[in-house]
Amino acid sequence: MKPASFSYHKPGSVSAALALLAQFGEEGKIIAGGQSLVPSMNFRLARPETLIDINHIAEIQGVSDQGDHLEIGAVTRHATFHHPVSPCPLGRMLTKVVANIAHYPIRQRGTFGGSLSHADPASEWCLVAVTMGAEMEIHGPAGARRVPAAQFFRGTFTTAVGRDELLARIRLPKLPEGWGTGFYEFSRRKGDFALAMALAALKVEGGTIRAARLGLGAVGAHPQRLEALEAELTGQPATPQTFAAIGARAQTMVTPSGDIHGSAEYRRELAATVIARALTRAAEDAA
Amino acid sequence: MSWIGRTLPRLEDPALLRGLGRYFADLARGAQAVKFVRSPMAAGVITGIDLPDPEDIRGHIFLARDLEAGGVRPVQAVLDRPDYRRVPHPALAGARVVFTGQAVAMVVAETEALAEDLAEQVFVDIEPEDPVISIGDALAEDARPVHPETPGNVMVEGAMRTPGVDQAFTDAACVVELNLRSQRQTAMPMEGRGGVADYDAASGRVTLYASVQMPHMLRTGLADALAIDEGLLRVVAPDVGGGFGSKMALFPEYVALVWACFRLKRKLAWIEDRRENFLAGSHSRDQIFSVKGAFSAEGRLLAIDGDLRSNVGAYSCYPVTCGVEPLMAFAELPGPYDFAHYGVRSRGITSNTAMMAPYRGVARPMLTLTMEQLMDRAGAKLGIDPVEMRRRNLVTKFPHTSPTGLVFDEASYLEAMEAAVKIADYPAFRARQAEARAGGRYLGIGLAVFSERTGYGTPAFAARKMAIVPGYESVDCEMGPSGQVTLRIGASPHGQGLKTALAQLVADRIGIAPDQIRVIAGDTDATPYGWGSFASRSMVIAGGASQFAADKVADKLRRIAGQLMEVPPETITLGDGLAMAAGTNRSLPIGDLARAIHSQSHRFPEMEPGIRTQGFYDPPGTFSNAAHICEVEVDTQTGGVRIDRFLVVEDAGLLINPMIVDGQIAGGVAQGIANALYEELIYDEYGTLLTSSLADYLPPTCAEIPPIEIHHMETLSPETVTGAKGVGEGGTIGAPAAVVSAIMDALAPFGVEINTIPATPDRIRAALREAKGPAR
Ligand SMILES: Cc1cc2nc3c(=O)[nH]c(=O)nc-3n(C[C@H](O)[C@H](O)[C@H](O)COP(=O)(O)OP(=O)(O)OC[C@H]3O[C@@H](n4cnc5c(N)ncnc54)[C@H](O)[C@@H]3O)c2cc1C
Repeated sequence: MKPASFSYHKPGSVSAALALLAQFGEEGKIIAGGQSLVPSMNFRLARPETLIDINHIAEIQGVSDQGDHLEIGAVTRHATFHHPVSPCPLGRMLTKVVANIAHYPIRQRGTFGGSLSHADPASEWCLVAVTMGAEMEIHGPAGARRVPAAQFFRGTFTTAVGRDELLARIRLPKLPEGWGTGFYEFSRRKGDFALAMALAALKVEGGTIRAARLGLGAVGAHPQRLEALEAELTGQPATPQTFAAIGARAQTMVTPSGDIHGSAEYRRELAATVIARALTRAAEDAA
Repeated sequence: MSWIGRTLPRLEDPALLRGLGRYFADLARGAQAVKFVRSPMAAGVITGIDLPDPEDIRGHIFLARDLEAGGVRPVQAVLDRPDYRRVPHPALAGARVVFTGQAVAMVVAETEALAEDLAEQVFVDIEPEDPVISIGDALAEDARPVHPETPGNVMVEGAMRTPGVDQAFTDAACVVELNLRSQRQTAMPMEGRGGVADYDAASGRVTLYASVQMPHMLRTGLADALAIDEGLLRVVAPDVGGGFGSKMALFPEYVALVWACFRLKRKLAWIEDRRENFLAGSHSRDQIFSVKGAFSAEGRLLAIDGDLRSNVGAYSCYPVTCGVEPLMAFAELPGPYDFAHYGVRSRGITSNTAMMAPYRGVARPMLTLTMEQLMDRAGAKLGIDPVEMRRRNLVTKFPHTSPTGLVFDEASYLEAMEAAVKIADYPAFRARQAEARAGGRYLGIGLAVFSERTGYGTPAFAARKMAIVPGYESVDCEMGPSGQVTLRIGASPHGQGLKTALAQLVADRIGIAPDQIRVIAGDTDATPYGWGSFASRSMVIAGGASQFAADKVADKLRRIAGQLMEVPPETITLGDGLAMAAGTNRSLPIGDLARAIHSQSHRFPEMEPGIRTQGFYDPPGTFSNAAHICEVEVDTQTGGVRIDRFLVVEDAGLLINPMIVDGQIAGGVAQGIANALYEELIYDEYGTLLTSSLADYLPPTCAEIPPIEIHHMETLSPETVTGAKGVGEGGTIGAPAAVVSAIMDALAPFGVEINTIPATPDRIRAALREAKGPAR
């Protein structure tokens, strides 16, 4: 449980971090909150020769409200979202979600950008990014580029961020007032990674769903937005029957694999349950 | 005024809570780090071990052959029974490996990180053999023997059959058949195993500071394995961060560590990490109980016929052996129920998995689950309420002799249950349950009644035919010249608060305050030979011995006071720090008496100077009892279980410190809930442990454990000198049965059976699917 030896660098700017990444190539590794990287170094599953610590780069810290979207610096801590960062449906939704990420001490160090870069299939922030159509600002030797969430996640623990690149900022489009949001996750214990989780946002008028966002996490290689079901929801009454039916539809669309915490069949059922419950919460929130 | 029965804050806590506790790893300063290279495979023949070039080794690497050359012998756990198969347990595997994680080489380096670097350069070549992992694997027709010594893979077996069993089943109005399984668990002490071995050049002795429960026994076992004079060893258990039975065993790592310390004449520290603890610390449970119960139409239990299988892992743990689980299951399955006909076969089955050692509760969580399920399921078949079923079957006359010859002393099985049932308010619950069900929510209530055999001395262990028979305790008591008392005990408390409880007990006997009493434990150089702390024994046995020793101190104080006040010693009473002469207004401070016998001993020609006494106790044992009631809500869509209420009515005899007793119960219940719902060690078919970190092995946290509501009864034991009974394990014993019973009650509308614990969400959903219960 002691890491293999490594050297350590503490750049003060994105450009300095990129220079170090270029210098050390395959051997260099970014460390943000360290809440995923350090355990795997202690198990010696990860053995980077050089750590590039981005915690001291001011330009990628904190959240700013840009009118139609929130801009989140990569090294913004999970705990920043314990209270709404913006008095809009998105800000309130992030507060509901963050309580499900790990435990209080871990939320003080773990970062938004670290979660997205790490790309755990059960990461709540990855689900938020996919469902809300986030855009990632990635900096590399050739400058900055923007990648939409739909193209960012490539598989379990794999993203569009290259070895010599750094995720600098995340743009999350806001939801207009009047939308309701709902999040539901099932995990074995409080703070554990989800066995399944769903995020829903609904615009409901006179009991009818006018627009919907729906995402599912922890059931496949990475979280997915269920656009087909969003379309199906639109125009339907916001009732438990609708939500149960949408859950049941989702069950037929996912092909989870089983592990020691739940069989594939169990996870498929759970996908339906969390979707129905997230939608129910979103409808309650919209009301 | 009595100190007994008072909720005195624990004398241990000011240091522990301020971070001033001293654990073995705190003593590692200046030590070289030891790491073990462990087998990546469950079973195989070692064909070679590749080491780095000698000039590249910054440190030392030791293999089995080095230890053999140094005269180290395998550890041998012995039962004198014809059905027991003896398997030597080498400190390092030399010829074969028999479980994943078995130590194959030991490395020593300057720091832990460097030791891990060095360990990574040791490659063990293994020619794999068929892994034998599960009970099913081990008992299969064509199963490969795990050891040459264990054809058929049964290491120990107990069996008996009273003559009336078959007839009782023929006559029965109702037969219930169970096939229950408890998955594998581990005790998960906060502090892992490990030790600091320190060589003293002046004396040539080694002191081992280690996280253990039985320091004296460890010294004996180490001396045997190393073939050295036991006087060359001192074993110290400083503060220990939890044991729960898992730190009783002499683990082979300790043999290697101490050997290397003698060899290198250097201070060495082995501090295991959590992964090692999962892989190579001891495991528990992993049992399948197939049991039939025969009942009369009135719900009277007539007979039980059981086939009990316990997976005991690759080795038999020293000193208590692999008989612990199967032989306790064999002897104690009948529990607190009164019936005559008993047939049982109980086997300890070896496999290519980590060694089983005692864990809080030992066989009893599983046998209580079994008996309570028999009651519930027979009641359901016969249309008799579960509480009424127990009323008709519990033992109510004492002493009671069980079908296996155990003698139950005075207890309150029925009364504790009735009290619990009343507090729980069944009618109100049933109304809530009906209302919830109408709304599609499933609440359930479950009951567990059980006996907990505690405080047993040598006869109980001798009955198992253990070659090393633990059980008695000795205590040395000394009052110093200022009246302060030092109690040196052979028991080895590690978090239980025993020092406080003993101080309260002794304070009453001598008439001084508990903070005047210092209890010294866990150091073989400073305490009399004893057996440490395990098996809910310390308050009863070390307590009894302390009481004897304290009474002798009190006697001497009375004699001194009698002489000084010129009254007969019998007229002296001790209390509040004073010796008072009855019928007079005269008294002397106890401190003055102590000073006199030390500093003016020439004035007491009839007496020896000083005040030093001994107490010794070896009781037959006693039975505590409790009733647990659990209320749950089951989410039929996710299979999740939430515990809404957990109620315990406990009868542990005389309560010395109720707060300490409550702490034991609450912690025990939490571990029982873990067994019922959360914790599970999983090996794959190759014998790789899939749950070797806390991301995959799930101890419940305070978010999952409800407040535990505890009520007491106090049936004094006639079998112990203090009247106290043991209370270390009951929480763990009753909780799984109560939780399972509650889940089945909640899901009764679907006829769901829970036959495997932990009852995980996945398993509950699977059971609901099978029972054609609600789709999600
Ligand atoms: C007990 C426990 C429970 C947890 N439970 C949850 C949970 O329920 N849900 C959840 O989502 N997470 C959970 N986590 C993980 C936690 O949220 C981590 O903080 C997060 O996954 C990674 O963020 P980090 O800042 O700590 O990243 P680090 O651990 O520092 O890095 C993780 C990876 O991302 C890379 N990286 C980090 N930042 C960047 C960047 N800006 N650009 C490019 N690459 C980068 C690193 O090189 C590394 O490969 C848990 C962790 C623990 C220890």
